[in-house]
Amino acid sequence: MAIWLTENSKVIVQGMTGGEGSKHTARMLRAGTNVVGGVNARKAGQTVTHEGRDLPVFGTVAEAIEQTGADVSVVFVPPKFTKDAVVEAIDAEIPLCIVITEGIPVHDSTWFWAHAVEKGGKTRIIGPNCPGIASPGKSNAGIIPADITTPGRIGLVSKSGTLTYQMMYELRDIGFSTCVGIGGDPVIGTTHIDALEAFQADPETDAIVMIGEIGGDAEERAAAYIEQHVTKPVVGYVAGFTAPEGKTMGHAGAIVSGSSGTAQAKKEALEKVGVRVGKTPSETARLMREIMSA
Amino acid sequence: MDLFEHQAKELFAEYGVPVPTGKIAKTPEEARAIADEFAAAGTSRVVVKAQVKTGGRGKAGGVKVADSPADAEEKARQILGMDIKGHTVHKVLVEEASAIAQEYYFSFLLDRANRTFLSICSVEGGMEIEEVAATKPDAVAMVPISALAGVDRARAREIAAAGRLPVEALDGAAELIERLWAVFVDEDATLVEVNPLILTQDGRVVALDGKVTLDENASFRQAEHAALEDKAAADPLEAKAKAKDLNYVKLDGSVGIIGNGAGLVMSTLDVVAYAGEQYDGQKPANFLDIGGGASAEVMANGMEIVLGDPAVKSVFINVFGGITSGDAVANGIVQAVKLLGDRGETVDRPIVVRLDGNNAEEGRRILNEAAIPVIEQVETMDEAARRAAELAAQGA
Repeated sequence: MAIWLTENSKVIVQGMTGGEGSKHTARMLRAGTNVVGGVNARKAGQTVTHEGRDLPVFGTVAEAIEQTGADVSVVFVPPKFTKDAVVEAIDAEIPLCIVITEGIPVHDSTWFWAHAVEKGGKTRIIGPNCPGIASPGKSNAGIIPADITTPGRIGLVSKSGTLTYQMMYELRDIGFSTCVGIGGDPVIGTTHIDALEAFQADPETDAIVMIGEIGGDAEERAAAYIEQHVTKPVVGYVAGFTAPEGKTMGHAGAIVSGSSGTAQAKKEALEKVGVRVGKTPSETARLMREIMSA
Repeated sequence: MDLFEHQAKELFAEYGVPVPTGKIAKTPEEARAIADEFAAAGTSRVVVKAQVKTGGRGKAGGVKVADSPADAEEKARQILGMDIKGHTVHKVLVEEASAIAQEYYFSFLLDRANRTFLSICSVEGGMEIEEVAATKPDAVAMVPISALAGVDRARAREIAAAGRLPVEALDGAAELIERLWAVFVDEDATLVEVNPLILTQDGRVVALDGKVTLDENASFRQAEHAALEDKAAADPLEAKAKAKDLNYVKLDGSVGIIGNGAGLVMSTLDVVAYAGEQYDGQKPANFLDIGGGASAEVMANGMEIVLGDPAVKSVFINVFGGITSGDAVANGIVQAVKLLGDRGETVDRPIVVRLDGNNAEEGRRILNEAAIPVIEQVETMDEAARRAAELAAQGA
């Protein structure tokens, strides 16, 4: 079944005609994603061809949904237009909106999150600044290189893109139900907890890998959630033990301030609720391997 | 980007937020000249405040009252050059002294956990708000602010009242809070903090301090923010990296790190630090994320920055081939070494490369064929980290 993204998902791309949008639309199609069209107000009515498939360009998300039955949108538009693009997707009530764009002002992401909540939470937002979501063998929405792993029964949720890929690759012989990159920004739509809840409920997921990094207290809150609600085995990894205080390490959210938000505090919170935490990505993969072969 | 107090106050003043009059001095003589101007205008008492981007200045002796221009010069002499939590004081703010009746606390900030904004207001100001919150939680109001609704005068007054500000301060505080909200939104700030916010003896509400953090992601619509950057304080290598659009942070170890993806690079720093424990405590020398592309030019720029650090004794290139496959990364490394040679740089320190992911085998073959003497390949991240730490220890 996988979570949120399945073989039945119909995907549109906001920003399909741009450089990144074009490149990744082609990649998504090669990965078997059912891309049904794109959105660009200035190129409405045109058709673009990728991987031998003619894709209509619509003027609005609402029109794209009406014409194609799309239920997933992947956003590749540049930072200065992202807020409007996401608001448009929310207003069209698309069930899933994946925001790949990096470098969005936090006032914009806070605004579109508040807007989504006000509209009744009909749209699940993943990201911004995330690699997207992949259900191997079924569909791939975003920029995750799907061909580095295989379908299987592990669920993966991660703040970091390349660490997601690393874990997908290390455990490629066991395989994944769904891999979700939630992004490293200070304000994100879908959290570790949302993914844990969905994996717990997914009959096709047997165990969960959770990858976090310094900054904020999302991992600590996830640990509290796991204690109360997650019965499936969870293996964790946290990056940033040696990151100095007060310095931004690439992800806008990855900054240690004061005593909270440190990798050590996150590791301890997770271990306290029975999550086995790997010291390195490879050790984390080994821990998961032990669980899946038990 | 964090602003200096004086920059924050200049920003506040643009938005009509009342702040004390003051000027920046970089020498004791300049401080005296500013105090002379105040004295001529009838204000003989001034405050000399260290300008550093850290808290606890008062406790460290970085804020002093002076009773005359001569005294201001003396106090500036004491403060300039002082070290406050690792920050050297290069300038002081010389400001008219305020007649303080009461001190409050106020801030707007991002509440990550609840994905909204938050305002914090308290009648107990002047000290660390964490301390007040711990000892007198009832005295600290935390009011969520919707990004959609924002803060108007009425809402601002509610916040001030929730913080238990006295009746005589409410009007002034409400007006000031409403203007600070404009600063917060219009300047794309993630923090606007005033501690203390004061009620003066003549009944005015004034921002006596200012701490502002600006969102660098908003630079496309905040062109004037570039001028606020403290270029003098930036590490020269960090400045050079920034000019080349590279995400580089200088650290204090000996193993240079190059990788793709912020999470993977952070993880690489950890793995190198663990491995370094066996080798006299070798540690990572930097954070450098070259991003997804990993073209030869980006790789060459990255290597140039990392090798530009004389403390670097070995380099660990840790790349996961995702969208950019392993063969492209390997070609990038080979060409980067050539490119550096063309630029007259010598690649004279050992480089450990770990390539994994898409087309990693082809990438390894390319690197093997190129047979670059300083490059050795190791297949796993943990073993590569160990080898890089070992080489750094040998080169030390």
